[in-house]
Amino acid sequence: MTVRVHLWSGLRRLAGGADAVEVEAATIGQMFDALIALHPGLEPFIKAGVSVAIDGEVTSGGRNIPIAPENEIYLLQRVKGG
Amino acid sequence: MPKDELKGGFRLIGTRPNRPDGLDKVTGRARYGADIVAANMLHAAVVRSPHAHARIKKIDASRALALEGVKAVVTRADFPTGLTGEDWNLQENTIAGDTALYDGHAVAAVAATSALVAQDAARLIEVEYEILPHVTDVDAAMAPDAPVIRAGYADHSVPEGMHPNVVRYIDFGHGDTEAGFAAADLIREHTYKTEATHQGYIEPHACLGQLGADGRGEMWVCTQGHWYIRRMCAAVLGIDAANLRVTPSEIGGGFGGKTTIFMEPLALALSRKAGGRPVKLVMSRAEVLRATGPTASASMDVKIGMKKDGTITAAAVNFRMQGGAFIGMSPVTEALQCAFACYDIPALMHEGYEVLANRPKAAAYRAPGAPMAAFAVESLLDEMCRELALDPLRVRLKNAAKEGTKSSYGPSYNRIGFVETLEAALAHPNLAAPLGPNQGRGVASAFWFNHGGETSVSLAIGEDGTVQVSVGTPDIGGSRASIALMVAERIGIEYDAVRVNVVETGALGVNEPTHGSRATFASGKAAVEAAEQAIAEMCRRAAAEWGIDAEAVEWVDGAACPAGPNAGKFPPMTIAEIGAKMGGTGGPISGHHESVPGGVGASFGTHVVDVEVDPATGKTTVLRYLVVQDAGRAIHPAYVEGQYQGGAAQGIGWALNEEYVYGADGRLQNPVFLDYRIPVASDLPMIDTVIVEVPNPGHPYGVRGVGETGIAPPLPAIANAVAAATGARLRSLPISPPKLLAAMKHK
Repeated sequence: MTVRVHLWSGLRRLAGGADAVEVEAATIGQMFDALIALHPGLEPFIKAGVSVAIDGEVTSGGRNIPIAPENEIYLLQRVKGG
Repeated sequence: MPKDELKGGFRLIGTRPNRPDGLDKVTGRARYGADIVAANMLHAAVVRSPHAHARIKKIDASRALALEGVKAVVTRADFPTGLTGEDWNLQENTIAGDTALYDGHAVAAVAATSALVAQDAARLIEVEYEILPHVTDVDAAMAPDAPVIRAGYADHSVPEGMHPNVVRYIDFGHGDTEAGFAAADLIREHTYKTEATHQGYIEPHACLGQLGADGRGEMWVCTQGHWYIRRMCAAVLGIDAANLRVTPSEIGGGFGGKTTIFMEPLALALSRKAGGRPVKLVMSRAEVLRATGPTASASMDVKIGMKKDGTITAAAVNFRMQGGAFIGMSPVTEALQCAFACYDIPALMHEGYEVLANRPKAAAYRAPGAPMAAFAVESLLDEMCRELALDPLRVRLKNAAKEGTKSSYGPSYNRIGFVETLEAALAHPNLAAPLGPNQGRGVASAFWFNHGGETSVSLAIGEDGTVQVSVGTPDIGGSRASIALMVAERIGIEYDAVRVNVVETGALGVNEPTHGSRATFASGKAAVEAAEQAIAEMCRRAAAEWGIDAEAVEWVDGAACPAGPNAGKFPPMTIAEIGAKMGGTGGPISGHHESVPGGVGASFGTHVVDVEVDPATGKTTVLRYLVVQDAGRAIHPAYVEGQYQGGAAQGIGWALNEEYVYGADGRLQNPVFLDYRIPVASDLPMIDTVIVEVPNPGHPYGVRGVGETGIAPPLPAIANAVAAATGARLRSLPISPPKLLAAMKHK
């Protein structure tokens, strides 16, 4: 299934300038793999650790978390807490 | 029924039972890090660099080793090589390699038969330094002529041509800022600065470590996260994580500063070198201030466009933060993400730089980055509201983010309670309190994400029907009481029948630390899931005894009951009855749950403060203080109020007094509480609180984290109140009396 992944602007430079990228994925892990395959420049950022917001909820990006075409998906710089 | 529609009707949730740790703490029975002792124990002391930046040319420990009672000395040579990434950062900060990177950086450590002998021996270790140029200010560290702290350290995000001390660049935003500013009636732009502050926990770092030549060991430590201690110590020492068992002590404050290691591997390395004898290492206050924590210092540009009616049309920020001499420590990302998270703004641009400086490796501090961002953004908003003669709370309400709003950091919000905090603040009597001469009122709002994180919980039914819950999140703010309340509520037993224990690393799967305001949310959610498992098993046991299907049994008020008339007529079987005979019905009954829980609910808060400024001295006195914050649901309201008050007190300290003061030599000038001034009880009025409850639909009882948001609004709220009282606008913190006095004279 096709999901639409929104990128922060620092990543857009590495993904052809688009605000969002469409990839085939059913989980966050598949989404990461597909993003790297499509835009290898994203790899160091994804490997360094990113958070993923699904429908407004920030997750820590567990690879097995399911995603679907109707989800609003954002990549975010990793969030830490005190 | 969707959980967010639950409006109440709880038996225990929302009550204020006695604190499970109360008696231990008031009688001195609670065991903190420094209280742990072991037979044959040695004591350690650390040699620290007196220089902000210096090459270590030679370390001679011969005189120390000759001292009677000295059993071991370690330097970097006693640690494995070849570490990379954050593991290398951790090792390099634990003990310097060829270069001391800040005043207080550990260079060597010694273990001896007493603390006094260890301290004497530390003074006998001779270190020869070659002093290097240093830089401690974030803007100075970016300047072309700044000394290079570590070349080639910048990551792939940094634009070409920047100083090597700039190690990370972040930018994000949405909308057309140029058009947004063009649509504004008023555009203002200023620069704001905040100094580094320390978490200021009352209990210094302390641990007892034991490590044998076989690579197996134990550690007892004051920490927010003992699995992190295990993983980090194992990495720094080159041992297997499973061979290190870590037990947390009671904790005397952490606030984010105890989510990482600082000196713990030194105790283990000394123990290994001393034949496996346990080694105790307790930091002094000066060591805590010089070499642990603190948070970052910040320099921030903010630009906002606003219409005459208060509508914000566009905003842009450029933040620069240093988090010490190590990459990844400055919370500049979080600061940017929080900067405008309270508001619905059509056009936004955020840029940020992480910068190295010759300061200690920063650690998380309560909503990392949010307080600095709030100071900059909420101060400028206040200035613009005053210029346009608009009510600052109503301007915030006009621009407030709601469910469905596209957040400043990207995604759309689900259910949030920011508007409710503003409405509660507007309705509070503090807002109508009259103000006298030299007095002023300030308001400010802030946001924090909250966090889920790796969580593992186990729950066991006792033979008497009581329940033990094992969690891996150290209790830094009432999580044991809150988890006991949730479990007791779900199982249908009394609060006192549930005991929640924070257990060691051998007892559960991996748990992230208590950070991100996650303990009551994540461990609580997992504990409720574990309770569901145990309830299901208890229903099966009752069904087997009654000879009916398990599906025909339901759990009601602490007992298994036939579910409807067709299930048969059996008297309820209580948890105590089931527990008493479980040995003969299939064995122990327990539940457990492991997850990275979703459903995290964001938190918003609004603060109102009244201050009086002495025109002769510049001293600011806080007259009254109000915290309004969305808790989702307050499981134990007294603890929630305590979190609100504690956050406000730390934020007030950051606003008025606290700062790291570095001399021209790069050495910290105020490494004791006499000179690093945290607020004490006599400095503050009773802090009023209003708990707003907009339940988080992602938690069975609606919980949002409550621990962090409260520290952010005080910085701008105090600055705004001071500006209202004096007409002097302070754009750098702290608002110390001499600084304010000078600003009042020059306004």
